[in-house]
Amino acid sequence: MSKKLKIATTSLAGCFGCHMSILDIDERLLALLELVEFDRSPITDIKHCSPCDIGIIEGGVCNAENVHVLHEFRKNCKILIAIGSCAITGGLPAQRNHLDLAACLTEVYLTEPGLEHGFIPNDPELPLPLDKVHPLHEVVKIDYFIPGCPPSGDAIWKFLTDLIAGKTPELGHGLINYD
Amino acid sequence: MSDTFMLDGVNVPFEAGQTVMQASLAAGHYIPHLCYHPEFKPHGSCKLCTVKVNGRTMASCTMPAEKDLNVESDIDEMNDLRRTLVQMLFAEGNHFCPSCEKSGNCVLQALGYDLEVHTAGFRHMFPDRPLDFTHPDILLDFNRCILCELCVHASSEVDGKDVFAFSGRGIDKHLIVNAVSGLLKDTDIALTDKAMQVCPVGVILQKRVGFSTPIGKRRYDISPISAQALKDAPRTGSKP
Repeated sequence: MSKKLKIATTSLAGCFGCHMSILDIDERLLALLELVEFDRSPITDIKHCSPCDIGIIEGGVCNAENVHVLHEFRKNCKILIAIGSCAITGGLPAQRNHLDLAACLTEVYLTEPGLEHGFIPNDPELPLPLDKVHPLHEVVKIDYFIPGCPPSGDAIWKFLTDLIAGKTPELGHGLINYD
Repeated sequence: MSDTFMLDGVNVPFEAGQTVMQASLAAGHYIPHLCYHPEFKPHGSCKLCTVKVNGRTMASCTMPAEKDLNVESDIDEMNDLRRTLVQMLFAEGNHFCPSCEKSGNCVLQALGYDLEVHTAGFRHMFPDRPLDFTHPDILLDFNRCILCELCVHASSEVDGKDVFAFSGRGIDKHLIVNAVSGLLKDTDIALTDKAMQVCPVGVILQKRVGFSTPIGKRRYDISPISAQALKDAPRTGSKP
């Protein structure tokens, strides 16, 4: 391959477990680095995306900043991949979706025992939470999904190597997991 | 010499009174299915087992086997339909597999794996469905109910208790508990009931046994549902 593919990654409303799983491809990372270079990612600490071939996003969309970052990725990445349960289904953060957001904040910051002087945080640096947590595909077009909580290093390796080889990625029994 | 029909180009023998599903499974041919259970009368509600019979789409669990039928099951058109049905079920309920005790033993999840469903695709509905944890031994998590009706039939026809029923119509249709209070603690359900064994997803759960089987050793970790269903199915010659 003459030119290396550029990959960007980020975690929105996720726990970085999927990024840990990316590291779990272990020494194959060296083989991967023969084919790709990393742009914006916790691995490089680059803060903004430049035009990339593949964007990999962990976590769902739970606040205003997540929306901006997701749009930055969609604008810059030819192929956008949602990785993990939270990015694909909303996951754990979305377990609040059947509850009223104001009621949640009130209970957690105001009415729980021991919160006599409590207040709902409203520092301008804090991104505003969204009313509901959304899977990525509800906000922008997502091209591929790697399920799992997290997907195993082997699943990520299979998926990425299929994709880079120009094949439709398939996981198959043992690699496809929702948990 | 019994009569046969054609399934994906293979001759499948059948006995009078068998459905396409029964004859196929008995002969060792898998047709994906979800609400079909070999011990209960099929009611064809989930449509996962839809096949093409002489060019028309039919539920194979209710379709009587007939001589010389041409049945197409493992074709892109049917598998795409099945994938969409699984996706809609995932989007309609709250199926959060990472926290579900049934994960690894769940028929819906295993079908998703087998059909390579990577996303629900649709907008998730995130319905509000409170749990019923009133019974000392049994938990009901309605978030995962797919309305297969198996528990309703098992409780009524095998256990003779009528613990479960459906209420509402259309998108409002939901599983209820047959008690004046609506609570499981006010029924005579027992751990030994058939209704405890038939839930394909994680609605009816025995308390204090969750996650006892480690990941990697659960039912569908060991073999995909397409292989497992054939292991479970009554073979040709044996009484169902």
